[in-house]
Amino acid sequence: MGKVIVVTSGKGGVGKTTSSAALGAALAQKGEKVVVVDFDVGLRNLDLVMGAERRVVYDIVNVIQGDAKLPQALIRDKRLETLFLLPASQTRDKDALTPEGVETVITELRRVFDWVICDSPAGIERGATLAMRHADIAVVVTNPEVSSVRDSDRIIGLLDAKTLKAERGERMEKHLLLTRYDPLRAERGDMLKVDDVLEILSIPLIGIIPESMDVLRASNIGAPVTLADARSAPAQAYFDAARRLCGEALPITVPGEKRGLFGKIFGRKAA
Amino acid sequence: MSIFDLFRKQRSAPMARERLQVLLAHERASTSSDLVAVLREEILAVIAKHVDLDSDRVKIKVDREETFSMLEIDVEIPLDASLKAA
Repeated sequence: MGKVIVVTSGKGGVGKTTSSAALGAALAQKGEKVVVVDFDVGLRNLDLVMGAERRVVYDIVNVIQGDAKLPQALIRDKRLETLFLLPASQTRDKDALTPEGVETVITELRRVFDWVICDSPAGIERGATLAMRHADIAVVVTNPEVSSVRDSDRIIGLLDAKTLKAERGERMEKHLLLTRYDPLRAERGDMLKVDDVLEILSIPLIGIIPESMDVLRASNIGAPVTLADARSAPAQAYFDAARRLCGEALPITVPGEKRGLFGKIFGRKAA
Repeated sequence: MSIFDLFRKQRSAPMARERLQVLLAHERASTSSDLVAVLREEILAVIAKHVDLDSDRVKIKVDREETFSMLEIDVEIPLDASLKAA
């Protein structure tokens, strides 16, 4: 039985889709069998970020409505044999996702894959609550910025109340993924520090992704950042986060924090 | 004020942190309101059986920690409150 992860945040634009793609690819690069599922019906983007936008034939709504079988809708990644994508539909309205339909799809995926990664839409409406409903583990993506932290706090409350795990009285495993972190600005006191966010949200940290051009570059070419440039700082941070998801106890490092003169001159590449 | 203060901008992160802490303490109390409201009513009813009590003097708060939530109950009993026969 595979594990179901929801990548969620409440706020939009913090890096849920980027992180879903990168974590999914990082796990698949370790040889795990992974499917990433786009729950953002009407505004799908995971296909684009993963470079599969021209290969979408059927989507999750087709499967739920019985117009296609699940294997027909799954898209295998061109670079990684064990990485699959289940796209959201672009045209239907979001009510097309039904709780029963989602349950059937997740149950079937869980049987076949080691990891089912659910990329949640922003907000706290139907798509977001259905994306988190069946999760065993939640990755809460947060930027070091007040509105993102507030929305993450709200989402943590929902994870503890509106999921199957919560309803069964079990504890939802929650992890904080801090994205777009700029250690220099945090050091100067112009950005919330890692410890500030951790203290406020009180959930354990699974990784710190530095603010980086490499993330934008990867989405430009349609590849998860761990595939686009595996040696870049954000890719390394995602690889580490994926290893922690698998249960490894790696110490967490703040990317680029101890940057010497060499690093300052040559910037990001040396970090 | 030294001349250097003119060039030094106030650090904004501590302010962000403080604002968030105040706001979230408040929001957590109101969003988990179902439980808190029920507890508040029932606790109030139990105490009111024995002591004359102003309903505003009972404060209930839930604080979230990493592995548990802390329920804080704060009951203020005025000195001149008449004790009801137990």
